[in-house]
Amino acid sequence: MNNENNNVWVFAEQTGGEIFPVVFEILTEARAIAAKLGTGLSAVMLGYQVEDLAEPLRAYGAQTIYVCDAPEFKDYTTAAYTQQLAALVGQHAPAVLFIGATHNGRDLGPRLASRLNTGLTADCTGLDVDLEKGDLLMTRPAFGGNLMATIVCPSHRPQMATVRPGVFKSLPVESPSKAQIVKVPPEIHPGDLQTEILRIVKEKSQEEEITRAKILVAGGRGLGSAAGFDLLQELADCLGGTVAASRATVDAGWISNARQVGQTGKTVQPELYIACGISGAIQHLIGMNKSRTIVAINKDSSAPIFKIAHYGIVGDLYQIIPAMIEQLSSKP
Amino acid sequence: MKIIVCVKQVPDTKEIRIDPEKGTMIRKGVPSIINPDDRHALEYALSLKDQDSNTEVVVLSMGPKQAKNALIECLCMGADQAILLSDSAFSGADTWATANTLAAAVRKLMPFDLILCGQQAIDGDTAQVGPQLAERLAIPQVTYTRAIQLEDHAIVVERQMEDGYEVVKAALPALITATRKLNTPRYMNIRDIVKIHQMDDPVQIWDLNYLKLDPDQTGLKGSPTRVKRSFSPTPSSEVTFLTGSTEEMVSSLLDALKNLNLIGK
Repeated sequence: MNNENNNVWVFAEQTGGEIFPVVFEILTEARAIAAKLGTGLSAVMLGYQVEDLAEPLRAYGAQTIYVCDAPEFKDYTTAAYTQQLAALVGQHAPAVLFIGATHNGRDLGPRLASRLNTGLTADCTGLDVDLEKGDLLMTRPAFGGNLMATIVCPSHRPQMATVRPGVFKSLPVESPSKAQIVKVPPEIHPGDLQTEILRIVKEKSQEEEITRAKILVAGGRGLGSAAGFDLLQELADCLGGTVAASRATVDAGWISNARQVGQTGKTVQPELYIACGISGAIQHLIGMNKSRTIVAINKDSSAPIFKIAHYGIVGDLYQIIPAMIEQLSSKP
Repeated sequence: MKIIVCVKQVPDTKEIRIDPEKGTMIRKGVPSIINPDDRHALEYALSLKDQDSNTEVVVLSMGPKQAKNALIECLCMGADQAILLSDSAFSGADTWATANTLAAAVRKLMPFDLILCGQQAIDGDTAQVGPQLAERLAIPQVTYTRAIQLEDHAIVVERQMEDGYEVVKAALPALITATRKLNTPRYMNIRDIVKIHQMDDPVQIWDLNYLKLDPDQTGLKGSPTRVKRSFSPTPSSEVTFLTGSTEEMVSSLLDALKNLNLIGK
């Protein structure tokens, strides 16, 4: 497979031997992009003792997998990762490079784009190809989600985008083809490292909880006070769900910002999203409108949340939620 | 110690309305504010100045002339010097061109020890200009900063991660992007308000000529990316409103969710 120039590349971010879920989401979407551009799909992974991770990348459609396996890449550092990826991009000239919009991805993307003197579109939620011009169409929210903008990068390569986690579905390929695994030697020198990681501390994260939950019970300004979240917690416990929140409640100090869904919070895609007292500001909707089933409970029948909800109850949540809890706990 | 704080004047996105026909923003009546994260960056710089009066805090912004107001507010909070990069050639810049323009200004301010930026601006939410500026200056960057400890010629930073945090050490000069967790920003103080309002030109304006920038490397002309189109997001679904008494509505809702296998029988 010598024809690897102009491919679509996906940066396969991993930590501690685990690939971030957004990588599979991007690979799934990038398959369609590569097909439209008539080019191949490659993944590039940096890490230490990560060669086993190539297999899942293949299962999601990567045809060429570049693996840079070296102790220097064990943990992400801006300088080492930028240096290595810039060298690889220079050698293989991909047409497109996608990076997950994780904390590290949003640290790496701009640094790398600046070094490569190309454009970068942040936090994309929609990707397509202008079939006439062959440009990648990168759509993202701006102004707090009030506006969507489609961005192009017409004359610089690669066209780079970070992709918001939780937006695209990840689906493995039905019958994955054989992948070529290319081992790449490290191209960094000890003096290149500008920062030193002294330690990494894991904390139980509620952010992760809300992005992984199958059922979310979310509260908004309509709760009226912090105490409303106790009621939502009770309902969440009955359903085996997790409590989430709108920005208004976080700004009011009723609940931790780790629970926040929306443009400035997390994007979630649970099976069931129950929005309680959330009017549905665009900045919130953008973070949850891809949930499988949306239930809205609100006093105001004209609240925008009902425009995206599947089931709506117009009424006082302080009557409806206790009734839900009662009916759920009284059934055998 | 010399600290440069990059700030941006932004429309308060909570107040924005969109023209549904044209898909454009209605700017009229939308207040302009200092980008919230940038206030936390400035606060850290000012707190170092509180501890050591030899510390010099320079606030730097790029924008139209009215962005002066944001910089004046920074001066009234305690910054020593304010510079606005303003020229019609700078307009329409994407993050690459913005970083390139800011870098030209920072080179004029050398030597410096630390650059502080907000993690991201609420109008674009890209979080790109900080790292792109660090790259143009070839200095280390630490993003998602939630705590900083200053050491001799180095900083030790707590960097927020999805599942915890990491402690990163960087040699100075370095660039840091600040999150809301870093501190609580102060208000303007009377002494500085009086002082600043007695000055004729508290904000210096630097233009293209002054920065000796190639016009092809700034503004829209210098931007690798282009906005192809913008539109207002259109939500779509058919809602089924449940009716009846509270008990009836709840019972039909729970039945529907059970039929979808979303909740247990």
